[in-house]
Amino acid sequence: MGLVLLVVIWLITLIGSYFIIAKTWWLPVGASAAAAGIDHHFTVSYILMGGVFILAQLALGWFAWKYRDRGAASQVAAHYSHGNTKLEVVWTILTVILFVGLNLASEPIWSSERLHGASPGAVQVEVTAMQFAWYFRYAGPDGKFGATKPELEDASLGGAGALGLDSNDPASKDDVISGIMVVPVNREIEVILRSHDVIHSFFVPAMRFKQDAVPGLAIHMHFTPIQTGDYEIACAELCGLGHYKMHGIVKVVSDQEFSQWLAAREAEKQ
Amino acid sequence: MAGGTGGREAITMVSHDAHAHAAPQGFIRKYIFSLDHKVIGLQYFFLALVAVFTGMFLSLLMRIHLVWPNASIPLLGEIKPETYLSLLTMHGTIMVFFVLTTAPQGGFGNYFLPIQIGAPDMAFPVLNMLSFWTTFLGFVVLVAAFFVTGGAPLHGWTGYAPLSALPSAGPGEGLGADLWIISIAIFCIGALMGALNFITTTLDMRAKGMTLMRMPLTCWAWFITAILGLLAFGVLLSAGILLLMDRNLGTSFFVPLGTVNGVLTGHKGGSPLLWQHLFWFFGHPEVYIAILPAMGLCSQLLSVFSRKPIFGYKAMVYAIMAIGFLGFMVWGHHMFMSSMSPYSAFAFSIMTMGIGVPSAIKTFNWLGTLWRGRIRFSSPMLFAIGFVSLFVVGGISGPFLAQPVLDIYLHETYFVIAHFHLIMGVASIFGIFAATYYWFPKMFGRMMNETLAKTHFWLTFVGAYAIFMPMHYYGMAAGLRRYSQGTEVAWINALAPIQKFISIAAFITIAGQFIFLINLFWSMKKGEKAADNPWEATTLEWTTATPPPHDNFGGVTPVVYTGPYEYSVPGAPKDYVMQTDAPVTAKH
Repeated sequence: MGLVLLVVIWLITLIGSYFIIAKTWWLPVGASAAAAGIDHHFTVSYILMGGVFILAQLALGWFAWKYRDRGAASQVAAHYSHGNTKLEVVWTILTVILFVGLNLASEPIWSSERLHGASPGAVQVEVTAMQFAWYFRYAGPDGKFGATKPELEDASLGGAGALGLDSNDPASKDDVISGIMVVPVNREIEVILRSHDVIHSFFVPAMRFKQDAVPGLAIHMHFTPIQTGDYEIACAELCGLGHYKMHGIVKVVSDQEFSQWLAAREAEKQ
Repeated sequence: MAGGTGGREAITMVSHDAHAHAAPQGFIRKYIFSLDHKVIGLQYFFLALVAVFTGMFLSLLMRIHLVWPNASIPLLGEIKPETYLSLLTMHGTIMVFFVLTTAPQGGFGNYFLPIQIGAPDMAFPVLNMLSFWTTFLGFVVLVAAFFVTGGAPLHGWTGYAPLSALPSAGPGEGLGADLWIISIAIFCIGALMGALNFITTTLDMRAKGMTLMRMPLTCWAWFITAILGLLAFGVLLSAGILLLMDRNLGTSFFVPLGTVNGVLTGHKGGSPLLWQHLFWFFGHPEVYIAILPAMGLCSQLLSVFSRKPIFGYKAMVYAIMAIGFLGFMVWGHHMFMSSMSPYSAFAFSIMTMGIGVPSAIKTFNWLGTLWRGRIRFSSPMLFAIGFVSLFVVGGISGPFLAQPVLDIYLHETYFVIAHFHLIMGVASIFGIFAATYYWFPKMFGRMMNETLAKTHFWLTFVGAYAIFMPMHYYGMAAGLRRYSQGTEVAWINALAPIQKFISIAAFITIAGQFIFLINLFWSMKKGEKAADNPWEATTLEWTTATPPPHDNFGGVTPVVYTGPYEYSVPGAPKDYVMQTDAPVTAKH
């Protein structure tokens, strides 16, 4: 039985680790400035934690076989010992160093992502979530978002109506509202996240970006796309029966294309 | 120094007569409204058994729906996306509350805590009976949510507001959601009564010589779990009441100004994050409420079946305390993406990584207990070894999720599902299985069938890995949880083969659980008669008759002379020294 345990535990460890090492299913190619650092930290964590995982499982399987009861023929009694304080202290200290060290190593990335706000020149996009759609709003030439009012919200109208945009506010006249998120490459994007009803979460795996949209709050976040292309958005917080259908697109284009697109949308409004 | 054999001799002197009560005669007083902690323990055990098969059936329906969404289930028809969400809500709630909290603590804790410390019963037998029937009522109310208009709620077991606070937010958020909250509130009341009873019993009812540091690690685990329960369930109860008020009395604790489908909700000024803080202040300690008893039990079993003292008894006790203590300071790690302050995220992260330290100490000590042992592979031991393996794999994914930088990507993916199912679900369930196989002889006077037990072990052990290991990969590729279908998002759709593999593995593993069920009921009637101490173990439950008499020790009050893990003591006549045996001088 000890041998079977050894074989099964070792096999599980081997197969389980193989798919991680081979990266058979892995993160999509990173398309934001933060991706490289996050991916690197993933790799470091996998090497350290994977090492602990493999060592512990190997030891477990090995001990199960090596120290099996060999029947009445064997005269070797179990070793009478209540432990070893020195060993306990050593592995406690090693674990503290490993866990706290790993955490401290990731601190700079977290700071740049979350402790510091977007720089003043960032492109502002307001992202509004509602059951079960995303809307994206740009402030227009005046650089100011028009006021919105909950009592004006009507999803069936789409666009400005869905957001409850107050047409009496002069700042609202040049606001551009879109069903897809178009952003320029290599520019910092400041996302202002809102939700009308329940909690949603704005998740773009390629950008290594996720943040809940919480009703009642306007949450400021930022990311910098470094590669053009279309990237999928999915809702990552259970929001109701259509949760699985609540997806969208971030379209990363050149700076020039972005300006043209924005100008064209402005022109449509006139 | 012989750990556990020293310590103070002065013990708490309590008149146990105050807690003694005559054995009841009638069927109702004996088996239904019993005051006997052993009968109440069995009641909890069978409630958890019904609950676990219910919860497992719901997961079966979910696994079918994920892979074959158009399949027509006999009697139920096709599962709709919103039904899938109801299934996952009820699966989580049933499993967390009525299985993982109910079986290890209410079931085995109730039955064996008093016996292991040498007491005739729990400190408050009537309170004990009430706590079981309260829990039972909670289960009935929860299951009723399936049968009301709109069906069961779809807001997940975490019940995040405003989704859980607004009847208009989705099907199942009407009466079904009210019943869900009421059920949890009732459960909390039962759990609070139980916690008080466990704490008092441990502190006041120990037999002569049973010092705290001579208690089996199972008793330590039940004791600390009870303290966690006392502190955590009160908070959840309050949160539940506030949520009910938001839903029915027009208050706005959790709901800000907003609309659903363009209609104003009539609320303003509430905070959705407040619910999350209150919920996870309970929710994280709850993880330890589920796992600590399994840790205690598996420590015990590794020692019994390796025929060796536990490696580092004191370190194990302090590790349980440290896990319990730190468990209350880490709830924010569930909220890194919630818009909580990023500074506090950093603090929560450090504390969470800190929990890895006592957890690692425990793992080292389990391996240290096996080291140079003489291991007997009886079925309880197989599940204990399986527990260690699953605890390691479930634990090792924790430090990924505990780091906010990685959680940005992993939060709400299947990586989280893999993590908590392995460590809180499957590892704890392995503890419950180990406890069943280990204590069945004492509870029912017969042995369980070893061949069936071992078949059950291999199917479940390999099955658990086959189900949950691939969920890590699914999560690494950003596969999101709580998605009834992956078809709408390209990158999730590409992962469909993994889901198919998991479903097939789940069907086989679920089928394997019927081997356990058959063995359980067959052995009650037909199993081989058990000796009083079939495993040659040292703790007090093995000193008394099988099954134990009404007052546990047949009118005798046991006296304890030694620690709980004296195996292979050099010079001793047998390879184990009962806790009630007169002390021997051990040489190292």
